[in-house]
Amino acid sequence: MTLFYLFGAVAVIASLLVIAQRNPIYSVLLLIASFGALSGLYVLLDAPFVAVTQIIVYAGAIMVLFLFVVMLLNAPHEETEHDEKIHPLRRPGAMRFGAVLAAALVVELLWALTRSSGEPGAFGATAVSSVRELGRVLFTEYAFPFEVTSVLILVAMVGAVVLAKRDPRAHT
Amino acid sequence: MPTLNDYLVLSAILFAIGTAGVFVRRNLITILLSIEIMLNAVNLSFVAFGRSFGTADGQIIVFFVMTVAAAEAAVGLAIVISLFRHRESLNPDTFTSLKW
Amino acid sequence: MTPLLIAQIGLTLFVFFMLLNSAAIMVYVERKVAAFLQQRLGPYLVGPKGLLQPLADVIKLMFKEELRPKAADWFLFALAPIISASCAFAAFAVVPFGAETTFFGLLSEPIKLQVADVNVAVLVIFAIASMSVYGIVLAGWSSNSKYSLLGGLRSSAQMISYELSYGTALASVLVVGNSLSLTDIVNGQSGYWFHVIPRWFIFLQPLGFLIYLTAGVAETNRAPFDFPEAEQELVAGYHTEYSSMSFAMFFLAEYINMVTVSAVATDLFLGGWHGPLLPESLGWIWFLIKVGALLFFYVWMRWTLPRYRYDQLMTFGWKILLPLAVVNLLATAAGVLYFGV
Repeated sequence: MTLFYLFGAVAVIASLLVIAQRNPIYSVLLLIASFGALSGLYVLLDAPFVAVTQIIVYAGAIMVLFLFVVMLLNAPHEETEHDEKIHPLRRPGAMRFGAVLAAALVVELLWALTRSSGEPGAFGATAVSSVRELGRVLFTEYAFPFEVTSVLILVAMVGAVVLAKRDPRAHT
Repeated sequence: MPTLNDYLVLSAILFAIGTAGVFVRRNLITILLSIEIMLNAVNLSFVAFGRSFGTADGQIIVFFVMTVAAAEAAVGLAIVISLFRHRESLNPDTFTSLKW
Repeated sequence: MTPLLIAQIGLTLFVFFMLLNSAAIMVYVERKVAAFLQQRLGPYLVGPKGLLQPLADVIKLMFKEELRPKAADWFLFALAPIISASCAFAAFAVVPFGAETTFFGLLSEPIKLQVADVNVAVLVIFAIASMSVYGIVLAGWSSNSKYSLLGGLRSSAQMISYELSYGTALASVLVVGNSLSLTDIVNGQSGYWFHVIPRWFIFLQPLGFLIYLTAGVAETNRAPFDFPEAEQELVAGYHTEYSSMSFAMFFLAEYINMVTVSAVATDLFLGGWHGPLLPESLGWIWFLIKVGALLFFYVWMRWTLPRYRYDQLMTFGWKILLPLAVVNLLATAAGVLYFGV
């Protein structure tokens, strides 16, 4: 139980700091820490394959991509005059609305989740944690989504290359 | 021992943090990061439910969500790069030319 | 504090200590082998046959001044070598280096000579290898100098490009070995065919072995793929601005990554600790011999082959090695299906 609280606290605090940080590089690094904590939670849920895949795919590939983009764009800090002084919940316009909305969302979700009657939903004894079983289910029942996902990745690759290409006619 | 409700509560909190990030932040990359937080919160609840039902489906769906998140992050960042080349800024408030 | 727990903790400390030692030994071996390859003597003054040279190097590095560029981001500047070194050590935690042993009957039940036996060990190694990219890219960024940034970005782009071939070569071994746990894969390589040829996976997967080694050399940024950190090219790339112990951490990380790649290659392809003439409990001697042979090969390659230029390197990784690895995987899968191994 203490491990759950530890990982949960690290994930929540790191995520809060991600959206509170001004320097985008620190945001990316804190998100990697949050992913590490989530990976620990997956191990607690008897899902070692998902835990390792989370590190390989999210923390090891997607975040490297984010880091590259932040470094290459030399992303400036946000320069709006609101940043320095006013708390997000008191900034005008969309920000205040957004912060209030998010607070309302979390209150509503917690209310909905904690008012359910009946047993609190302790986990059963059976768990599918072997990669062999996951592979079998993935390639038999979910074979069609698997193939579609590979086409999706191909499309995303082509799209990313085309979108990020410099226009050869422009001189930049 | 943590129950299913504990994991769902944690997932809800993370999702709300991600939503707040999308609304509050004025930096395109941080908005994309907040979307990743939301996707991870959803992953957590999928795995928790999969464990609760004792099937492999939760983990399989997480596999697909991760793939889609990777594809979306790649394309999103490519869009951010091409936008940055136009206006030299990552503030979404500068891209208002379609506003009437 | 049962004896088993004490043995486990002792094993962890022993592995950590031996990894540090291996880095020191590699420093000496590299310089001596390079010297003999270049027909000169190498270190011979410090200690008998120069054996205390690594100690002299460490002491020299410790006494150097720890410089820090003024415009550098100090937190990231300090964090980067820590990430590199930690990931290098952590990857070795799931590598088994010997059979189960009871330490001559002192323990009630045998423990594996492995710090942690997880049943997804191969994936864990791959995951930690992908995390070590961050040490390099953060080192390049936080030094706030053009050479470092370019070197860091190039080096990390190289590493993530070769990770694909690395993973695909690993996948082809998994198809043959039928398990993700390194202990199971090594145990699947015991025994002999025709009483003569050991059942090592290198005989089933020769191309996979070559691809794995090539990708491993590129992952650890060693020659001939060391363009981003070559002295003649980018003034030592991402660790230009580091001095003293931070620099030592990067080199430590590089040597330990080499050791890890060799150890994993030994476990996956060369039969781990199985070998003739020695009983199972002394299998770690065979393991050391095989890892030593691979490390010698690493050093030999560095001082023999010329360096790839960066675009040649990336072309090789994407257009030659990756299709080869995919074809190897397909052929392996077809072979396993047909022959029913």
